Amino acid sequence: MKARLMHPDRNFDPQRLLPDHAPDLQRDLALDALARAMAANDEFVFEVARKALLLGTTLDIDTVVYRQEIVRDAIAHPQVARRCYVLVTEAIEGKRKSHWAFSSNYPSSILHGAIDVLTMFVDILRKLRGEADTQGAGFGSRGFRALFAMLQAEFTDDYLAQVSACLSTLKLDGGVQLSAQLGSGNEGKGYTLREVKYSDSHWMDRLFSRRTAAGYTFRIADRDEAGARALSDLRHRGINDAANALAQSMDHILAFFEMLRTELAFHVGCVNLHERLAALGVPTCFPQPSPTGMGKLRFENLSDPCLALSMGGAVVGNALDLGGKRLTIVTGANQGGKSSFLRSLGLAQAMMQSGMYVAASSFAGDLCAGLFTHYRREEDPAMRGGRLDEELQRLSAMVNELAPGAMILFNESFASTNEREGSEIATETAGALRDRGIRVFFVTHLYGFAHGFFAEGAEDVACLRAERLPDGRRSFRIVVGPPLETSHGEDVYREVFGDHAAAPP
Amino acid sequence: MDNATAHCWPSFASILYPGPVAASPVFDQAAPSYFRDLHLDRIVEAATANHGGEDLAPFFYTPLRDPDAVAYRQEVMRDLEDGQLLEAVQAFGRRMQAMRDQLAGIDKLYCKSGKERRFLEAVVIYCDAVGRLAQALQITCPPESRGMCALREYVESYVASPAFTQLALDARALVVSLANISYCLRIKGNSVTVRLYNGEADYSRVVAGIFEKFRRSEGKDYRARFGHRATLNQVEEQILDRVALLFPEQFRALETYCARHADFLDERIVRFDREVSFYVAWLSYIRRFRAAGLDFCYPELFAASKEVEADSAFDLVLAGKLLDEGRLVVRNGFALRDPERLLVVSGPNQGGKTTFARMFGQLHYLASLGCPVPGRKARLFLFDRLFTHFEKEEDVASLRGKLKDDLVRIRTILDQATPDSLVVMNEVFASTTARDALYLSRRVMGTLSALDALGVYVTFLTELSMFDAKTVSMVGAVDPDDPAIRTFRIERRAADGLAYAQAIARKHRVTGEWLRRRIPS
Repeated sequence: MKARLMHPDRNFDPQRLLPDHAPDLQRDLALDALARAMAANDEFVFEVARKALLLGTTLDIDTVVYRQEIVRDAIAHPQVARRCYVLVTEAIEGKRKSHWAFSSNYPSSILHGAIDVLTMFVDILRKLRGEADTQGAGFGSRGFRALFAMLQAEFTDDYLAQVSACLSTLKLDGGVQLSAQLGSGNEGKGYTLREVKYSDSHWMDRLFSRRTAAGYTFRIADRDEAGARALSDLRHRGINDAANALAQSMDHILAFFEMLRTELAFHVGCVNLHERLAALGVPTCFPQPSPTGMGKLRFENLSDPCLALSMGGAVVGNALDLGGKRLTIVTGANQGGKSSFLRSLGLAQAMMQSGMYVAASSFAGDLCAGLFTHYRREEDPAMRGGRLDEELQRLSAMVNELAPGAMILFNESFASTNEREGSEIATETAGALRDRGIRVFFVTHLYGFAHGFFAEGAEDVACLRAERLPDGRRSFRIVVGPPLETSHGEDVYREVFGDHAAAPP
Repeated sequence: MDNATAHCWPSFASILYPGPVAASPVFDQAAPSYFRDLHLDRIVEAATANHGGEDLAPFFYTPLRDPDAVAYRQEVMRDLEDGQLLEAVQAFGRRMQAMRDQLAGIDKLYCKSGKERRFLEAVVIYCDAVGRLAQALQITCPPESRGMCALREYVESYVASPAFTQLALDARALVVSLANISYCLRIKGNSVTVRLYNGEADYSRVVAGIFEKFRRSEGKDYRARFGHRATLNQVEEQILDRVALLFPEQFRALETYCARHADFLDERIVRFDREVSFYVAWLSYIRRFRAAGLDFCYPELFAASKEVEADSAFDLVLAGKLLDEGRLVVRNGFALRDPERLLVVSGPNQGGKTTFARMFGQLHYLASLGCPVPGRKARLFLFDRLFTHFEKEEDVASLRGKLKDDLVRIRTILDQATPDSLVVMNEVFASTTARDALYLSRRVMGTLSALDALGVYVTFLTELSMFDAKTVSMVGAVDPDDPAIRTFRIERRAADGLAYAQAIARKHRVTGEWLRRRIPS
């Protein structure tokens, strides 16, 4: 009973180990903010979404395309995806609420707990199949079609009726029938719950059958507490195995629901986020992924969805063709949209690689073999001396995982030392990574570094700038242009203090 | 050979003594008075703890005087050093215990067929125990000792006897017929119906089948654990009564069997089981010491020669404690050549003097039981009596009272000791003045010397180390570089008292040489 909504050939594994640099990536790209928007207050969706985004770079291009289909289907039928998810969640929560029945050591408690939970499970399986029956035809993705077909094939009315009948028999309203053998002290052993083939025998049978066939009956006196305990113990021994089998079956179905929930969660998250972005007027599209190393990267209206979410409205998008560029250096004014641009690139990459749409009106780019970030960390000023040390240590740790085809985003790295030294390190770093076939994006104030590459004029280097309008205002747009030596801090100052405030002499 | 009995059995009587049963002494039920002083109480307690404890202890309370009786035990012990034979004997012991447990449970039951079944089970275990023992002795690990060989012949003829053969065969047949019984219980409210089982399907299989499609892995085990009850409860007994009605033939056969074999136990087999624990207990006890690389040996024992010697021996109780703490066990030796009789041990406090004295006593005592003793090799004296005097820990009203008490005890020892006695005296008169102690000690040693008794005398008085020709001086050694480190080694050396003082002086840079160098001229 497979549901393959994440990978064509396996289930999504939320326990899978994340890459070592995942915490950096999460923090630098604000992945949690994105996952929160996907979750819409569902902690489970949040976890799955977060993991899916962090594990995206492990997928091959076929899987990305496979998942894109499913996300498309989910977005086209948002209510169906949500209803399925809600049903499955209901089943899991229902089981959780009855946990007390299974914490006891009494087989009868376990048996009846399992019967209650399974009765609820059967109801939910019936509803899930109902979704498949009524809505399945509208779905086109391989993943959803297979899921619905499975639900219809496995949970036929006949099967569900059989389960219900079994559950009602196991209530053992008519008493229990056990078989047993004699142990080494003539005590009963091997107690096994047996099917009762007939209801109480007819009086005629009782009258005519041999005494041994009818058996010998005795009663425990009503006030005999020790006897009642012994009898109850016997009963527990008798139903022990059956209770175990039923509770294990319950666990297996629970595992099925949990698997289904995990598979559905990501898509519910995609539906949620898509609705949010659409409401904010942020354009989205399904990207065209190309294999690693092709060198493609072209987009229009690429924006930072996290910024849009926090601003509560659409934000400025960028359009660029960075095809063939292995090193992209972004310079320009503070608060001119550089960081946001860098993040929009990282998020689009992470979202594309996990099979999602991206926040752009068009997007085509290579899949990368690992997505990395190296951002300047705001830290205790007292620790100034050790900061470059920390930065390089972090870089060194990352280098252990780097491979050709990876993509790495630097944001104001190596600014903790003086401009010359910083430029030197940045130049060496960026140059070496570029030579190793790693796609580097570098937002920087290090003029020497940026200018050096600009002056070199290599084909595979792009120099971008935060746009500054002729009147001095910033457009938050990133455009192609040579690095500028000033950082436009004056602009910001003026903006904050107003036009009248003169720049300090 | 007693041909009057039904079988022509060889004269095996006891695994603890050679010869007929009548020749074996009565075992002391209480530990000898010196057990505490020598820490033998702790040794025996540890050795017997898992082997019947108090039932076994009397064997350890009764030293032997006859070298041949000791040799008889040493031979058996050597046989049992063979792991395979030891395991066979231990397995026999476990089965006999299980058999006794079965028999003990019978009284707790009311239901006749329940009692009978327990009895049958006891017989089955007994037959199995004896049969396997015979097998081991004849085929797997044939013994060499007089004791075990006699046992083998005895068990061989016992197992081949028609009575035993019948006992075993009938039991097996009955067990099979009872094991084949299957019945059904219908429990509804307070009523229980017992009837024949008609092949109704197992409901847990039905359940598993219905949900098979969901199965992915083994899953959690929800089964409650029901302890194995020693006895049948009243409901089970009522059920059993009715099962007996359903299967009258099988239960009649059980009844007949029990009546016929009420006295199935063989007295000598039972006795062997009890007595062999002595060997098993000791070998099990010393296993951990051997595993730690400490040697045990079978001492040569003499009742006539008082030349004793031991190499790499140690105090078992202290060694056990050191092993627990993961520390090294220091071994010591001694050797007395005629006319030497008394080891006088002096030296630094806490240097292992008392331990050495205990070791000397333990070695001799354990050797007299026929046990292998700590050490690489040993030649020991088979004493007639053993006396110890260790300072009592409890407070006595006055010093004078204490001294008097000491002397009363010593007097008792000297009155009772013979030339063949062993005497271990530890820090006698330590609470009196050196002058008194020296005087009293000389008197005591004089008496011991005249008696020609063998022993150890631990003292702080170095003068005693050269008392007479029968005296041998042993000194607790210290690490020459750091006198604070005690080596616990006791060496045969003149007690000049200087080595220790020198070491302390060096440590504090106050030796003559140091003083000359440190004090400017």
